[in-house]
Amino acid sequence: MSDTTKMQVRLAIRDALAEEMRRDQAVFLMGEEVGLYKGAYKVSQGLLDEFGEQRVIDTPITEYGFAGIGVGAALAGLRPVVEFMTFNFAMQAIDHIVNSAAKTLYMSGGALHCPIVFRGPNGVPRGVAAQHSQCFASWYAHVPGLKVVAPYTSTETKGLLKAAIRDDNPVVFLEHEVLYGLEFGMHEDTELMPLDRAIIMREGIDVTITAFSISVMHALEVAEILHENHGISAEVINLISLRPIDKNTIVNSVKKTGRIVNIEEGWSSCGIGSEIISIVTDGAFDYLDAEPLRITSADVPMPYSKKLEDLALPNADAIVDRILRMCGRR
Amino acid sequence: MHSDDVLNLFRKMVEARRFEEKAAELYTQGHIRGFCHLYIGQEAVATGVLHNSLALDSVITSYRDHAHMLILGVGPKVIMAELCGKSTGCSNGKGGSMHMYNRQFNFYGGNGIVGAQVSIGTGLALAHKHKGDGGVALIFYGDGAANQGQVYESFNMAALWNLPAVYIVENNHYALGTSMPRAVAGNSLLNRGDPFGIPTISADGMDVFDVIEKSKEAIEYARDGRGPVILHMDTYRYRGHSMSDPGTYRPRSEVEQIKRERDPIMRMRNELIEAYGVALEELERIESEAEEIMEKAAQFAINSAEPEETDLGKDVILS
Repeated sequence: MSDTTKMQVRLAIRDALAEEMRRDQAVFLMGEEVGLYKGAYKVSQGLLDEFGEQRVIDTPITEYGFAGIGVGAALAGLRPVVEFMTFNFAMQAIDHIVNSAAKTLYMSGGALHCPIVFRGPNGVPRGVAAQHSQCFASWYAHVPGLKVVAPYTSTETKGLLKAAIRDDNPVVFLEHEVLYGLEFGMHEDTELMPLDRAIIMREGIDVTITAFSISVMHALEVAEILHENHGISAEVINLISLRPIDKNTIVNSVKKTGRIVNIEEGWSSCGIGSEIISIVTDGAFDYLDAEPLRITSADVPMPYSKKLEDLALPNADAIVDRILRMCGRR
Repeated sequence: MHSDDVLNLFRKMVEARRFEEKAAELYTQGHIRGFCHLYIGQEAVATGVLHNSLALDSVITSYRDHAHMLILGVGPKVIMAELCGKSTGCSNGKGGSMHMYNRQFNFYGGNGIVGAQVSIGTGLALAHKHKGDGGVALIFYGDGAANQGQVYESFNMAALWNLPAVYIVENNHYALGTSMPRAVAGNSLLNRGDPFGIPTISADGMDVFDVIEKSKEAIEYARDGRGPVILHMDTYRYRGHSMSDPGTYRPRSEVEQIKRERDPIMRMRNELIEAYGVALEELERIESEAEEIMEKAAQFAINSAEPEETDLGKDVILS
């Protein structure tokens, strides 16, 4: 694979949508400000012009209603992509995501299925306080019948979104506002990516660091500091899929390193990190050389003040410090 | 209407009632568990509305869904077997009374969340418009669901986007145990479409002929591309909200009076004898045939196997 061009994550999403909409008439996008406004975060630029109002549908601010409408359209054979301006607002629609989309295949004994993608920014975009700063990964990862992915790079985002749209199951697709504006090299030969595989971003032998979405960036930063300043070799796993979690990749890595750290923006209690630790104790308990470590946001609603917000979020220096202790270096 | 057609309608209503009576029997005997919501009293609504629907139309309703399926043409055996949680049931025993579906008849459930089917049904209407197939979505809900916010979110979008949606509110006057005056401000559901410019057509939901006439008008309105429409059905359920509801919130005399004066099957029986000159014996024959069919369905359900242990993990996700 070769990096040919750089591309912002928001353009990777736009291209994935456009390519899938060209390929399949059943694919359409609906949500608040997706059409005329070109997306609240300018993700859907050009789509209204190319595909028209019937396939790029501006909804009123009415999450519960349009999530249900999306589910109905999916049950009837269309392939809706439902955009939430942020996943904070999807809480108003979570009944349809869980009760309608995730459960219908099972409740119908396989008679009906629901090919729908629920997507939008998730996590902490900075400076917007408690109601707009929350990671919902563990909420959706809890639910059988859903697939849950949270990509990091542009290549992943495009390949995974295309795969999510073609998948016959409901997929919760967690993006990140901070990532939208970042550029990553695009691998030209990437078409679809599997929705259930983690990717090893950096190989190492001393400690395994798992992360998803923007936390992969923090994990890579921490790994670099550990290597440069302390001679510690960290393996960084980009989880990508939070349901199902790619257990093999994690367990095999921990068998090599003997240490596991998970970094996430969510809260610690019942978080993705808790699940990772459970997977590691199930699959590599005897290989552990240190207690597993969860790096999460502080157990408080996100404060507005920059000083307090910085304190609440995981930061590289603190993570490095805790990993050094874990490795017996402090 | 030709007398054969009228007799056919009578047969459907009688079958729906006998099915529910048989379900009540099986519930009491312990063959059916959990929630079981019976349609007894409301038969004219589904019978009359679905009389006007086409095969390409889609249908969705609440947890009170047995009769809608039966009237659409899904056989009573697979429905009863589903109520009994058997592998031969239409959801392989995994859905139960509230979660039954049928692709062939475009029946999308059966929904256990009050009002959720109104949004999902609006999505079915959106799909009809997207495909341009000329179909309409027939969306049944109760007076209880009519107070859910998502109903009005759906009305708003259906009107904005001119969707072929027929909203059929089966007003049986009790949302579980809460009577209309205690739950519906203004004590009327006739003006709920007004702010959205959605017309409401009202019918006597205890009179199948009135239901047929009014629903024909409503369905044609939606099919003609004029947008969504509300069909208000004044109806009544004789049994509790579900089998576990003793119905202490209304006087027995109220139920008895409606059974005596407005029962849809009794009214149709009289109409058939007086206006169509059908012999009483003919009607009694239909009734006893319905009884036999439902007894056979019950035996089929009781004698069917339970799901296999290996079924537990099937149909969670498509691979």
